[in-house]
Amino acid sequence: MERVILHSDLNNFYASVECLYNPELRDKPVVVGGSVEHRHGIILAKNNIAKSFGIKTGEAIWQAKQRCPNLIVVPPNYERYIRFSKLAREIYRDYTDKVEAFGIDENWLDVTNSVRLFGDGEQIANEIRERVKSETGLTVSVGVSWNKVFAKLGSDMKKPDAVTVISQDNYKRNVWSLPAKELLYVGPSTWRKLTKIGLYTIGDIATVSPAVLKSLLGKWGEYLWSFANGLDSTPVALISNESIIKGIGNSMTTPRDLENNEDVKILLYVLSESIAERLRKHYFKGKTIQIHVRDKELVTIDRQGQLNTHTFISGEIAEKAFEIFVKNWTWEKPIRSIGVRATDLVAADTYTQLSLFDDENIRVKKDFLEKSIDDVRRRFGHYSVQRALQLMDKKLNANPIEENIIFPVSYFR
Amino acid sequence: MLRKVYINVTAAYTKDGTLLPIYFLWEDGMRYDVDKVFDFQKAASLKVGGQGVRYRCRVMNKEVYLFLEDNKWFMEGK
Repeated sequence: MERVILHSDLNNFYASVECLYNPELRDKPVVVGGSVEHRHGIILAKNNIAKSFGIKTGEAIWQAKQRCPNLIVVPPNYERYIRFSKLAREIYRDYTDKVEAFGIDENWLDVTNSVRLFGDGEQIANEIRERVKSETGLTVSVGVSWNKVFAKLGSDMKKPDAVTVISQDNYKRNVWSLPAKELLYVGPSTWRKLTKIGLYTIGDIATVSPAVLKSLLGKWGEYLWSFANGLDSTPVALISNESIIKGIGNSMTTPRDLENNEDVKILLYVLSESIAERLRKHYFKGKTIQIHVRDKELVTIDRQGQLNTHTFISGEIAEKAFEIFVKNWTWEKPIRSIGVRATDLVAADTYTQLSLFDDENIRVKKDFLEKSIDDVRRRFGHYSVQRALQLMDKKLNANPIEENIIFPVSYFR
Repeated sequence: MLRKVYINVTAAYTKDGTLLPIYFLWEDGMRYDVDKVFDFQKAASLKVGGQGVRYRCRVMNKEVYLFLEDNKWFMEGK
């Protein structure tokens, strides 16, 4: 039986939430952007009016203001975005238990087994579209198809507040004429390689021999070929299989460029403390530590490593992060922003394999120590207890809690 | 243009777990009884900017909305 997959995308998500809460902004060009004073002056989201000025997500606020002097810049309000993201997912859940998030504002739904209850894919999509509008005040665009890739393409075709159906009858007309870079996983470098051999549209990819793509792009070439032909059969994950939190991370654009390992060490401890605190708060322990480093020229690396055991101890996270950093960073340029993240989360009371070589008693003591620090900080403020290391440069010693980066997620899990 | 007016509300849980408003104090201190709750559902207030559970109520023979947003109540005031 052919699957019925929906991809629902909250339109201009951050900007729409801000406009909902500030009705006086609705008919003006609005962007959500980081603070200029703290050097995160880039645009995170825009409303349609700002879009009509040619403003792009990711560009600097000063650049955008040159094109649109009346641009209104509002700071992000992540807690509120997470609340609205959950509200939308609660609506999706009324139609299926297969709801898979792709970032904060996009979800796939597999409603194959719900069509007898609620009507065909298009009817369900329209019902969801109406409910999201009335219950949250936001709009979604929904793509309906038999696979996840085409459903996602569909949700981009008509927006805001619209439903697009991509069926076996119309996909060659609707999808194949799109530029190849619209396809999932065709980024700038793949796009360059494809155009070099004359493949400009999704149809070009679909009709070329998969062997050609394989020789050009490796195994990704074959994936792209099957995506373009609607042969993707990746399942939509069950909502219960998905821990709501996959990882806890923090990143910071630093108040000044980082010049050496000592600077980085301070920052890694600051970030790791906040991560450890949040792990404890949500009752998780993490095992894989990832770092994310971006230099002055915005060139970025991501690296990761594993701890021997699951932990929420800040010192262990920071040491691991620093070890990964030293192994991978060559200091050709100063660093502008840095992030740490703990993944592979388990509930904190899960039984885990103890190490034969570490002294577990010391770890238990460290657990208690860190929980006590949480208590002290809750009562007397974040800066009431600090590591000596963090006093070496007051400027770098910020409290990063409010700046939770939302990491991109992989399609294949 | 309407304003978002936060109000003090006295509400009660029914035995099946539903929360219903009984009366509220307007910002000038005046007390208004909620004579009837017609229905309630999740909804956004596009007029004043907010989102929560919207109670459609009869107060002084007029139909009004009370919104419960997280744990604060508001109305769309003139």
